[in-house]
Amino acid sequence: MKTILTGNYAVAEAVKLSRVKVIAAYPITPQTTIVERLAEMVESGEIDAEFVRVESEHSALAVVYGSSLAGLRSFTATSSHGLLYMYEMCWWVSNARIPLVMAVVTRTIGPPWNIHTDHTDILTLRDSGWIISMAENAQEALDLTIQGFKISERVNLPFVVGLDAFVVSHTAEVVDVPEQDLVDSFLPERKQAYVISPDDPIAVGNIAQNDVTMRLRYDMAKDMERSKEVIREVGDEFEKKFGRKYGLVEHYMTEDADYVVVMSGAWCGDAKEAVDVLRSRGIPIGLLKLTYLRPFPKEELKELEDREVLVVDRSFSMGHRGILGLEVGNVLDCKNVIAGLCGVDMGVEDFVEMFNRFVRGEIEDVEWWLK
Amino acid sequence: MEYIDVLISKPSKGSSGKTGLWRTFKPVYHEDKCVSCFECYVYCPENCISLNGLKIEIDYEYCKGCGVCCNVCPANAIEMVKEV
Amino acid sequence: MRLEIGCPLLPGNPSCQGCPHSIGLKALSVLENPIVVVPAGCTTIIAGMHPKSSLKFPVVHVPFASAPAVACGLSKAYDNVVVWMGDGGADIGFATLSGSAVRNDNIIVIVSDNEAYMNTGIQASGTTFWKAKTTTSPTGKREEKKDLALIMLMHRVPYVATASVGYMHDFAQKVKKAGEIRGFRFIHLHSPCPPGWRFDSSKTVEIARMAVKSGAWILWEYDGKFRLTGASRKCRDKGKRIPIEEYLRAQGRFRGISDDDVKEIEKKVDEVWNLVESLEKMF
Repeated sequence: MKTILTGNYAVAEAVKLSRVKVIAAYPITPQTTIVERLAEMVESGEIDAEFVRVESEHSALAVVYGSSLAGLRSFTATSSHGLLYMYEMCWWVSNARIPLVMAVVTRTIGPPWNIHTDHTDILTLRDSGWIISMAENAQEALDLTIQGFKISERVNLPFVVGLDAFVVSHTAEVVDVPEQDLVDSFLPERKQAYVISPDDPIAVGNIAQNDVTMRLRYDMAKDMERSKEVIREVGDEFEKKFGRKYGLVEHYMTEDADYVVVMSGAWCGDAKEAVDVLRSRGIPIGLLKLTYLRPFPKEELKELEDREVLVVDRSFSMGHRGILGLEVGNVLDCKNVIAGLCGVDMGVEDFVEMFNRFVRGEIEDVEWWLK
Repeated sequence: MEYIDVLISKPSKGSSGKTGLWRTFKPVYHEDKCVSCFECYVYCPENCISLNGLKIEIDYEYCKGCGVCCNVCPANAIEMVKEV
Repeated sequence: MRLEIGCPLLPGNPSCQGCPHSIGLKALSVLENPIVVVPAGCTTIIAGMHPKSSLKFPVVHVPFASAPAVACGLSKAYDNVVVWMGDGGADIGFATLSGSAVRNDNIIVIVSDNEAYMNTGIQASGTTFWKAKTTTSPTGKREEKKDLALIMLMHRVPYVATASVGYMHDFAQKVKKAGEIRGFRFIHLHSPCPPGWRFDSSKTVEIARMAVKSGAWILWEYDGKFRLTGASRKCRDKGKRIPIEEYLRAQGRFRGISDDDVKEIEKKVDEVWNLVESLEKMF
């Protein structure tokens, strides 16, 4: 059913459709409307779930961890400073191999205080064992949340959906909200590697010796690698049921492109329009959108070995390169432009200018796009 | 997925080995003086005192020799003796 | 009528000789099928090393500041979820503890208080006793101590109590009572630590009893009405208490305190008694 929803409200709809049982979140701009909408839905009985009013983000993820351990499908959402406040719990949840879904409305980190988008916050989860996905628009935010429950429950790793602050979270778009029965037929009953229950006297997380603990991490790494296949399979299943295609990446005119731009997040929409402009002038350029940042789509990127590649980053690893530039640079030679940090708006004209310079070979190894 | 097992532990005695080896003093039970109050059973930190009818038994495999049983006994029925 | 106290902690575990947590944990045997949430602290170690657990019920290890919140999550599926944490967890996780009480989460929180961050090697905490020596207060703690149980009482939750490992029957009764109430329940358990407070391992129960008999630790409960319990009842009468100096001088952590220090502590203890007595009359 097509309707008008902001990215945040689309996520709330997805949580409802996924039959989540426990929701705990602490408000932080620009995630707040997800929390408010879910609280409303629980209060009115629209969702059969418990909404827990926590006093901090650290506790939000802790509550959701507890309910997930007990076998209840659970959800939380946060942003920027909130994510950093719950950072310790993020690592605990992934090391504990507990499936759950979190939405992060990507927002820059202060000081100075700034509520607008860049990807630095969600990328702090890069090494933690969370599966990281980025939504380009409200529809993707909804679809990735639903797929997130299925994927995380199959590989026993937690799943995060990133959506850009205000650009996706607060912008109303046309969204196709699937019917509950269709989602029910797509999402099975929750399963997980182990469950806590009163009649089973297991202890979870006792001190363990070094060698066996290292094997636990190795196993986690293998499962993260295996999740690539699961993501592709689930993406195919999703396409069959709901008609929208999902995979680790999205190709936009890359087949015959000599020049490829690699990006992630909401601004891919504007970048695609810029690609159209350049194409209309005969320039063979394409865009590879990374829907998933973890697991890292190494294979898809390796296919671009013989092209000229530009990575446009909405994040920067101080002391080195853009974070995406680092990741992609590990697989391919590429140029790296740092743009749109702290919410600086990047429109089609900016990308047209940038891609023209790229095609003319004028972009340095690492360049900051300051306005 | 096999190593997720490392996260799970099951209840078992001796999770720190045979802690009876920690002792320097051993509690010796004088059955004749015991008044069956069972305070020693309630207060033993190691749970190695068990009830046997109106008397008690001490599990020397795990008793750490802390001496709390002797300290709480109102009848001097437990004596701490130095182990050689 | 005495309650049956069982043995949920298995022998041969890593606790020190005379450990008060090991004594206190027995009280959980009066609850039906509890799930115990344990944040970082001594009990993390006492719970045993993989693949063995030393506890006969389900145990969930959690990050230091998160215990009451994880317990809240578990309580959405189960009753009888118990947080067993130390005074350290009540410092670093103070916001978590308070938030949980504000929500009236259906959990029991037991703070087994050994008056310092013992697991990391005896550092001073918010509840460390006046003038006590720890590694971060080597000449004796100069600050006040926070009365955790009274703070939780002011959250207006259905059950708050104090207890001592020296009076296990009183403690077990309180745990049983807490188990029969719904909502947020809190018990502050006094746990003298032989290596931390510097006394012989055989004297754990004796020192705990001296704390109560001298008035330094007060046994009370609130279940809608505030009342003193057990051996604290006769301590209303200062004449019936043992001298506080006896309690202090029995522990190495107070070695070298002056007579003036003792008088100061006595005055502080009297002030707490005044407060507790007015609570008895009007709360």
